[in-house]
Amino acid sequence: MEEFLQQLINGLSLGAIYALIALGYTMIYGVLRFINFAHGDVFMIGTYIGFYVLNTAFVQSLGPGAETAVIVFLAAMVGCGLLGVIIEFLAYRPLRNRPKLTVLITAIGVSFFLEYTGQLPFVFGADPRTFPTVVEKTTVLQAGGLVIDSYQIIIFVVAIALMLGLRLLIMKTRIGTALRASSMNLKAASLMGINTNAVISFTFFVGSALAGAGAILYAMSYPKINPLMGILPGLKAFIAAVLGGIGNILGAAVGGFIIGAAETMTAGYISPTLRDAIVFAILIIILIVKPSGLFGRGGTEKV
Amino acid sequence: MSLLHINNLTMRFGGLTAVDAVTETIEPLSLAGLIGPNGAGKTTVFNMITGVYQPTEGEILFDALSIVGSNPHEIANQGIARTFQNIRLFPSLSVFDNVRVGFNNASKTGLFGSILQPGRYWTEEKEIADKIDHLLGMFGLLDNRQELAKNLSYGDQRRVEIVRAMATDPKLLLLDEPAAGMNPTEKVELMNLIRYLRDEFKIAILLIEHDMKVVMGICEKIAVLDHGAKIASGTPEEVKNNPEVIKAYLGESG
Repeated sequence: MEEFLQQLINGLSLGAIYALIALGYTMIYGVLRFINFAHGDVFMIGTYIGFYVLNTAFVQSLGPGAETAVIVFLAAMVGCGLLGVIIEFLAYRPLRNRPKLTVLITAIGVSFFLEYTGQLPFVFGADPRTFPTVVEKTTVLQAGGLVIDSYQIIIFVVAIALMLGLRLLIMKTRIGTALRASSMNLKAASLMGINTNAVISFTFFVGSALAGAGAILYAMSYPKINPLMGILPGLKAFIAAVLGGIGNILGAAVGGFIIGAAETMTAGYISPTLRDAIVFAILIIILIVKPSGLFGRGGTEKV
Repeated sequence: MSLLHINNLTMRFGGLTAVDAVTETIEPLSLAGLIGPNGAGKTTVFNMITGVYQPTEGEILFDALSIVGSNPHEIANQGIARTFQNIRLFPSLSVFDNVRVGFNNASKTGLFGSILQPGRYWTEEKEIADKIDHLLGMFGLLDNRQELAKNLSYGDQRRVEIVRAMATDPKLLLLDEPAAGMNPTEKVELMNLIRYLRDEFKIAILLIEHDMKVVMGICEKIAVLDHGAKIASGTPEEVKNNPEVIKAYLGESG
């Protein structure tokens, strides 16, 4: 029982990170109806933004602690947010009225561009780097064999706070209403005076900023970073979004937690080598059993 | 001075000329109708006026300014609002939020303003909420304000669409087949509502409608399209007796 609880806590804290990334996939899908395959690489860039910020003389003089954490989170979120906006503006906006497949393939192209440009020696370099300490890791709670450390607490607090903030933003503010309206009918929204390009930029900013926060949380827990590290977490978060029902924000959050828990449980109880396989198995099962996802509505097209 | 002036407006889709050199004028505070058989190009005219389509040729002047080439949201903000032939509400938003979308540009506090002065943002939100409730009250929809648009009856959905359009504070309202699917009682209510809108909000209304009772009953001026070209225009009496119009609707005799 103790071991199970431990695995669950580990799994949910990993899942919280997947959930943050999955929110970006699902928000962008919600408005533009395409999968931004470069999202996992935006996440990767987020870890590098954190890496460089942590290595500046100023942040190093602060040392690990709360101030450092605030600076590095803000930098990664704003940096990723802007990157998302730029990617949309340069790569996707010119293709707005083209078939969705065109944009999808472009997204894969952007993904490769970020991954392989990142490996150039004068950019990030192909060698893994060690992510510096943001805050000291301490044991917060120890009961028998059960250990909860400060990183897990930080992951939960940051992830849940951002999700609640996102919910508030989407449900209560006028730009949130505009975003929801745009996701239901982009054309009708523009005819009601909404600048849909601005809404789309805003969506990319928020979705990518969440990936930036997830990047720092991820790099704190797994402090080896390299330019290809975004691929697998990106894919898993995408699966989380599909599991929850792509386009559905609550679904993305729940999907993230389920994927994280499933992965950790499989690694703990069956075999660590199956931890990635189980996630893709879940994708296959959900696509067979309920392609619209746990919270998705049935996609019957009106003729 | 006319509110809307379209001149030689033409729309071609490949080899098909959907709208062929249409010229027409809408005066402020007028109630005008656009009629014609199915496929005559009426909705295409609406789509060009609202910026959904870019006309192949011709010009559209609104308040003496050309709006050709403007984005739909820019045209909406200049004061042209519309409803749709097949209802296009935001199905999973509440009635309140649907109307709130129309108010999106009433805000003077931008994104940064909202962050820097949250107090002013919330005061403004409150003002907008009051305006929305006022509008919903005028149209008898206040009891439905928290209901999702998709759960409303058909007639109510049509009314919410009109309220949402009115929320953008238009000078010209385009109604695309507002009476479609309505029973005779609802049609009478609709006619009263349209007159009320014009008188209360001091706007001009242009409507596409197949129901001749509605069109003849409220429109002061009617333009008739057939195969994309304007074949007649004038008062309801003039149009009703125009042989070209009769031919377009009933076909040639003999």
